[in-house]
Amino acid sequence: MSRSKNLGIKYLAAAVFFFGVMTLAGLLSATYYIHPDFLFGYLHFSVAKMLHIDTMIIWLLMGFMGAVYWFLPDEFGREPAGIQAAEILFWVFVVAVLVVAAIFVFVQWGPGTEATLWLFQQGRKYVEAPRWAAIGIAAVMVVFAWNVVGTALKAHRITGLMAVMSVNMVPLVLLYLIALPKIDNMAVDLYWWWWLVHLWVEATWEILIGCIMALTMMKLLGTSRRIVEGWLYIEVGMVLGTGILGLGHHYFWIGTPDYWLGIGGFFSALEPLPLLGMVVHAVYDAGVHRMTSSNRPAFYWTLAEAFGNFLGGGVFGFMITLPQLNLFAHGTQWTVSHGHFAFWGAYACGVVSVCYLALQEQRQLASVDGRGWIWAFVLLNGGLVGMVGSLLIAGMAQAFFERAIGGSTLDAFIASQENPWFVLGMYSRFGFGLMFAGGYVTLVWNLLALGRPQAAAVLKPVPAE
Amino acid sequence: MPAQAAMWSPFAAKREAPMQYDDPAFWRAGAISTTAVMSVVLVMLTIDSIAAISPGGSHVPPYTVINRHIGYAYDGKLGRDMPVLGGDEPLFGKSINDAEAAALIGQGKLVIQSRACMDCHTFMGNGAYYAPDLTKAWLDPAWDAWIAITGAPTKEEAMARFLMAPDQYATWQRKMPNLGISREEAVATVAYLKWLSAIDTNGFPIHFGRIKVSQ
Repeated sequence: MSRSKNLGIKYLAAAVFFFGVMTLAGLLSATYYIHPDFLFGYLHFSVAKMLHIDTMIIWLLMGFMGAVYWFLPDEFGREPAGIQAAEILFWVFVVAVLVVAAIFVFVQWGPGTEATLWLFQQGRKYVEAPRWAAIGIAAVMVVFAWNVVGTALKAHRITGLMAVMSVNMVPLVLLYLIALPKIDNMAVDLYWWWWLVHLWVEATWEILIGCIMALTMMKLLGTSRRIVEGWLYIEVGMVLGTGILGLGHHYFWIGTPDYWLGIGGFFSALEPLPLLGMVVHAVYDAGVHRMTSSNRPAFYWTLAEAFGNFLGGGVFGFMITLPQLNLFAHGTQWTVSHGHFAFWGAYACGVVSVCYLALQEQRQLASVDGRGWIWAFVLLNGGLVGMVGSLLIAGMAQAFFERAIGGSTLDAFIASQENPWFVLGMYSRFGFGLMFAGGYVTLVWNLLALGRPQAAAVLKPVPAE
Repeated sequence: MPAQAAMWSPFAAKREAPMQYDDPAFWRAGAISTTAVMSVVLVMLTIDSIAAISPGGSHVPPYTVINRHIGYAYDGKLGRDMPVLGGDEPLFGKSINDAEAAALIGQGKLVIQSRACMDCHTFMGNGAYYAPDLTKAWLDPAWDAWIAITGAPTKEEAMARFLMAPDQYATWQRKMPNLGISREEAVATVAYLKWLSAIDTNGFPIHFGRIKVSQ
């Protein structure tokens, strides 16, 4: 097997590992809402929360990289340029993430000096990693971008798909640099920080996963390149056409002028459209293939991706995106509900799908099916939707009692957090979190066991030719 | 099941027929031009917005606003809550100049980042939702009670004492941990929160502090 594909498998394995760390840190974060004294004085909510959201970014990013390294040799018919550097940086990346996690857990905070930002953490949501690690991640991204762009240059050919991916690498790298400076003015700080968070997650990442899902469709369903590329261009046009100015929905309340209320509200209200298009496409494809495939788990996770992205990103996002409602829903568990559903649907399901696809090829399985993946699929998606529903109830209660009725003061905050609907939501979120964690364990077990002899009854290896 | 077969057959028929699609070049041009137009608009709006939110801009007061009284009231003409700047009210009894204020705010931001405040609290609604939003924390009526609890002479002094030893005060079931905040750091953080409360946030959070919530 090619070096690039080997590296892809390694990245996917690392992604699944950090997926587990994220799940564990999520359960821990949820515990504090039920038992506020849990580990008090040793490990606080903030640390669990940082681990939870930062490992989420990391595992999804590693999943994307794994998928790209997996598909690259197929697209170009050769090893990627700079594969050696990529192989070394994989280990640097993994070790750096583990070191940062250890710093978060054991050092936690430092004095209010620049040295703390360089060595321990930067205290900016999603990009808490200290500067040394942020520079390291930027270096990994630069090499990753070169692996794609450089290979196209060396191969003297490029597909439309790879052209989109190559161009997308530029903002992917440049926007990440916003993780570095310390900006005193919170309004300006948040302004640029949203360029990183929104334009990464709701623009460059959407394009990247769009390319990955296009490659998956071609491999999994044999969809023609022409159709896939046509769709990809439509998707790019719609995602960026609505998403770039949809950025405005983060500029309602950070001190920015009020024209953002109209611009952000209008364009982000249109953001679900490309996601709806993908659902239509997925349903059509599923119909064409009569819901069957030689790799059913990959196929079902692709469908979960389309529906999850539309429901979680599109519908749940639309629900709180108009400023007239966002004034009340902003910064509550309602946002958390949308966030969980959107990241899961837009990215996580796609990465899981690629895992199954890559393992099928690596282990040379004629077909992948069985019971194990169904359990993982049901537990993970059921747990996730349960958590999202619980957070929605808690978030609505918070929006009404803290924001609308209480006026968002300390006392209003406490009143909302003690509201029975909120408390119910927190308990139920924890329960569904356990279900989700069970799904994760089943998924890992299923991925490891795929094609192993003990499962031979349901998995048929390719007959020798 | 014949009904099901009939339902799926149109798709199956389509798969077999050779499909004719337009050259994706049209869609490619559409994607590139849409992205370019939107990016240009975003850059133009950014230039305008950054001017408005720089200290002393139309939406964000200069750092020396911490020398003045700050309020928050409903503006009937605008239809939303707005910060109201009043007369002199020096922080910790000492009026400071531009350079001193900028240094203090810079130090306050370092404290906020180094202690990862945002991973429990929120600022302008951005953060972690485990602890209260701090956008208008300076204006929170709860500080009146904290003056008595901490035995401090003023609101800013009560805030500083709380920040330095939050674990010693019984706030609520969720306690704030002791983050080793020094006196100097606490003063800078209080200054930061006072300045923050004077930013025009388009009315967020709505009617802050105007409603009495009983515990």
